[in-house]
Amino acid sequence: MSLRIVVCVKYVPDATGDRRFAEDLTTDRESVDGLLSELDEYAVEQALQISDDADDAEVTVLTVGPEDANDALRKALSMGADKAVHVEDDDLHGTDALGTSLVLAKAIEKTGYDLVLCGMASTDGTMGVLPAMLAERLGVPQVTLLSQVSVADGKVTGRRDGDAASEQLEAALPAVVSVTDQSGEARYPSFKGIMAAKKKPVESLDLDDLDIDAEEVGLDGAWTKVDDATERPARTAGTVVKDEGEGGKQLAAYLAEQKFI
Amino acid sequence: MAEVLIYVDHVDGAVRKPTLELLTLARRIGDPVAVHLGPGAEEAAKVLGEHGAVKVLAADAAEFADYLVVPKVDALQAAYDAVSPAAVLVPSSAEGKEIAARLAVRIGSGIITDAVDLEAGDEGPVATQSVFAAGYTTRSRITRGTPVITVKPNSATPEAAPAAGAVEQLSVSFGEHATGTKVTARTPRESTGRPELTEAAIVVSGGRGVNGAENFHVIESLADSLGAAVGASRAAVDAGWYPHSNQVGQTGKSVSPQLYVAAGISGAIQHRAGMQTSKTIVAVNKDAEAPIFDLVDYGVVGDLFQVVPQLTEEVKTRKG
Repeated sequence: MSLRIVVCVKYVPDATGDRRFAEDLTTDRESVDGLLSELDEYAVEQALQISDDADDAEVTVLTVGPEDANDALRKALSMGADKAVHVEDDDLHGTDALGTSLVLAKAIEKTGYDLVLCGMASTDGTMGVLPAMLAERLGVPQVTLLSQVSVADGKVTGRRDGDAASEQLEAALPAVVSVTDQSGEARYPSFKGIMAAKKKPVESLDLDDLDIDAEEVGLDGAWTKVDDATERPARTAGTVVKDEGEGGKQLAAYLAEQKFI
Repeated sequence: MAEVLIYVDHVDGAVRKPTLELLTLARRIGDPVAVHLGPGAEEAAKVLGEHGAVKVLAADAAEFADYLVVPKVDALQAAYDAVSPAAVLVPSSAEGKEIAARLAVRIGSGIITDAVDLEAGDEGPVATQSVFAAGYTTRSRITRGTPVITVKPNSATPEAAPAAGAVEQLSVSFGEHATGTKVTARTPRESTGRPELTEAAIVVSGGRGVNGAENFHVIESLADSLGAAVGASRAAVDAGWYPHSNQVGQTGKSVSPQLYVAAGISGAIQHRAGMQTSKTIVAVNKDAEAPIFDLVDYGVVGDLFQVVPQLTEEVKTRKG
């Protein structure tokens, strides 16, 4: 029996760009180039490694997002994933984390899975709550924030490095796993991989396909509302001095003046 | 007055500072009711009561330590059912956010994470968040269900506000998923004796310019002279010079201390995301063009191996 791995990925505005809010106070996805969230690349990488170690496995990448989100799927396919599922629907614009987790959970169930892999957080919303929400909705174990993960004999094991302790975790499949940026550098797509990705299947689903009412998602269906967004004023320019041998003492004098010493 | 549930973050009954900050913020919305899971409830209740907890709902069971997250969600949900609160507040740790996320799904409520401030509003609590690498400040509300909000450390100054804080036993029955993920081993982190990174009033961080694990003692010495926590940039962590648990930035900790000292850190967006909201920022860097100097209140262009030790000595001298 093949090991079915579904990797959830997000198409996000480039964090090095000038990210803004659109007029409806959703993330502006037009003015800044989008890409596969860097933190999701680690999930794709671990999926591919687990797949390589398994006798028989299939890696599906799944995203919920606008048409351009296809770019994120192509990147993951060019890294080596086998196929992709793109949930796209105009009614999804402005969906919050709870709504997104509902859509992902339905799409994961429709696709069929033994293992769901996620990154630790998106680089735009940065909430880091989706894997836990997915596990709750799917009713399967959550094995999250792993810096090391392995799958064998129908079990997932891994190490979770927390603030107070490092924990070794174990759960039976099916399960939801998230990995951190410490789990191992993600591979670059090879030229061969990029060419092969063009021929890989991308299934497109809308809300009807997932039996989800439009009222449950989108900006109007969101369970949170952003009242206002204010650009943070640039920090006022401070004093910058060149060290002429007394730089440390000058800095100490400043810290003393500010009562830190 | 409505009651507000507070999830207590503690180590064997020693309440961590972010929980006391939550109590202070919670009092703007209602009467804080603390939820204490695991050992040490009686000890914790004293501190919680001093900071405004009208009561402490306590439960202890082996499941809390033996299985990941879900037993705690079951317990917090039991407290929610018992109290019918106006809001549920949870510290924004990795685990706290996961607990809050699952509770929100279960009780059919919206969730806001990483709030940096909280105030009462006509339509429920209003949460301030710092987003897009601290480029924007937003104010948001939860429009459905009971607001579930996680709050970042250093969002408020804990205030004393004596209240009863009496311990009441919370009855919890664990669901079928509680034992899904077993913790098979736990290795506590070795204590460095320094303040917790996210809670520290002063943070001293080193980056690529430190140029090797063997040089980080320069950063540590300055931190110790100031009573500060030690941070590191992603470059320094990826190079293996300092532990990931000390990483400041988008994929590490986000800190907001009174004073942030950046040494040998260029100030890439990934790092700025984690420290930009610090009250005062100072930096030492060889490169006068480094973006970190756009953020600083005071900067020194120079060799950190000259400037930082001199600063450390001067701090020690001035502190006598």
